[in-house]
Amino acid sequence: MVRLADDELAMLDGTEGPARQKAMELLLRYAEALGAERFVATRNVCGTMGMTMPFLRDYAAKHGSGIEALFSEFCLDSAQALDIPKVKIYSCHLQQGLDPERPAQQYLGPEAVKVYRDGEVFFSRLGVNLLNTCAPYLVGNVPVKGEHCAWMESSAVIYINSVLGARTNAEGRESAGAAMLTGKIPYWGYHIDEDRRGTHLIELDVDVTDTADWGLLGYWIGEAVQESVPVLTGVRQVPNLARLKHFGAAASSSGGVEMYHIVGITPEARSVEEAFAGNTPRATLRYGAAERQLAYERVNTTGRDRAVDYVMLGCPHYSSEQIWEVCQLLEGQRIHQNCSLWIFTARAIKQLADRNGFTKSIEDAGGFLMTDTCSSVGRVVPRGAKVAAVDSAKQAHYLPAIMGVQAWFGTTAECVQAAITGRWQGALR
Amino acid sequence: MTKLVLHGRKVVGGCAEGEALVTRDRISGWGGIDPRTGIIIETRHELHGRSFKGKVLVFPGAKGSSGWSSQFHIARLAGTAPAAMLFNEMTTKIALGAVVTHAPAVTDFDQDPLQVIETGDWVRVDADAGVVEVTKRQS
Repeated sequence: MVRLADDELAMLDGTEGPARQKAMELLLRYAEALGAERFVATRNVCGTMGMTMPFLRDYAAKHGSGIEALFSEFCLDSAQALDIPKVKIYSCHLQQGLDPERPAQQYLGPEAVKVYRDGEVFFSRLGVNLLNTCAPYLVGNVPVKGEHCAWMESSAVIYINSVLGARTNAEGRESAGAAMLTGKIPYWGYHIDEDRRGTHLIELDVDVTDTADWGLLGYWIGEAVQESVPVLTGVRQVPNLARLKHFGAAASSSGGVEMYHIVGITPEARSVEEAFAGNTPRATLRYGAAERQLAYERVNTTGRDRAVDYVMLGCPHYSSEQIWEVCQLLEGQRIHQNCSLWIFTARAIKQLADRNGFTKSIEDAGGFLMTDTCSSVGRVVPRGAKVAAVDSAKQAHYLPAIMGVQAWFGTTAECVQAAITGRWQGALR
Repeated sequence: MTKLVLHGRKVVGGCAEGEALVTRDRISGWGGIDPRTGIIIETRHELHGRSFKGKVLVFPGAKGSSGWSSQFHIARLAGTAPAAMLFNEMTTKIALGAVVTHAPAVTDFDQDPLQVIETGDWVRVDADAGVVEVTKRQS
């Protein structure tokens, strides 16, 4: 049984209008499905509410539905079109299904861009912050330790839970939409102290250094522990934002990890004891050279042909540090004529890159700095592309399944080298 | 004909029946299925290339992207969703996904459905009562 507070009951009774009523009804069905006992108030929502994703664009075109009808169906699970009121709390939009500045490059007609622009108008009117990135923590939405959030995007969920100590479950399109309108989310899972405790001990036998290395570690851990809470020991070099971004993205793709601890580094793990907080580890696993090799082979499952015609960077969206790093690797070089280089980031980061001259450096080399989306979400690769190179284990996991291309995974430097030479020469070193 | 009955907890109410499709691999929604066909597309998945349309899907739980619910939501509208879902591990992805799929769903079983149900068995699900009746496939 879910216990309802007075304000929740009032919304459920329709005193705040039919949209917030539908939102509360959906949240109640969701809480009952989970077995949650109550809701918690949140003042921070990140969701993908827009209709720019390819399947939704297709649905909208086929059914001729207006944006309020689409929002009602896909964000509130209501077949009836409702008038959507302003959001009740701070709400941000995650990635979109396209980069509106480069339609031709994504083989999009004006109707797709119109869906994007109509969405901008609609969501701005509701009061949504259009961050349009899978990494809101890069562009100002940085929750505080203990802050109850309702975020979508598995790579962002694991980041804010683990690195920042914020509290969220992996919400979905409908629960994030409902949370925007109500300021409520089920009190379950990672909102609760006990469920944030470690379950598996992971002992590192090898040094983990660059983003690719952290991606490999995440890819291996996700598959090993699935939806559990791993506790890492033996990390000797303090990682930075980009490394943990790639680590978490990988662990939440090969598995369903939404929370981890790194002893001595993340905020709820000053010691092994604090990380487990009385839990007995279900298993102790070692990550050494053999496990690293296995992860490398798994993530490179689809790579066969060495001729690379597409290099995609920016999964999750690149930080300004990573864009700067690529500019250094590209300096004085040209992208191979048979290869494309697309780098994805948040619009706000691109504005910074424009100002810093990074965008120009990338374009001078023949590459593109793009925003809002990525190849997997937008379901778009350069026409005819068959073999991609990526520095993200997450993207290597999804892109072949979604777009039918082969994917090579390696370091950022190996990917940039592939863009310059048109050949994959990566190897585990 | 061998019959067996499992008891569990309702996740989403309703009754449905169909052929079981069983996997020991967790399922990704976004990037793991094609909701237009109900086919599993994850590269190394045990059910790669198989469709769950109209099946009673028996699986450990959900993993991967938070787009899980939206992909199963689209599958429901496309008519490719499973008839029912039976699973072991509760997560927000699967709870919300089951809710918006509008298909009966049950968890917390008295016996592990992955151990006793095989692909091809006929399964009747009464989610409101938490009862799952399995008729073993004639071998």
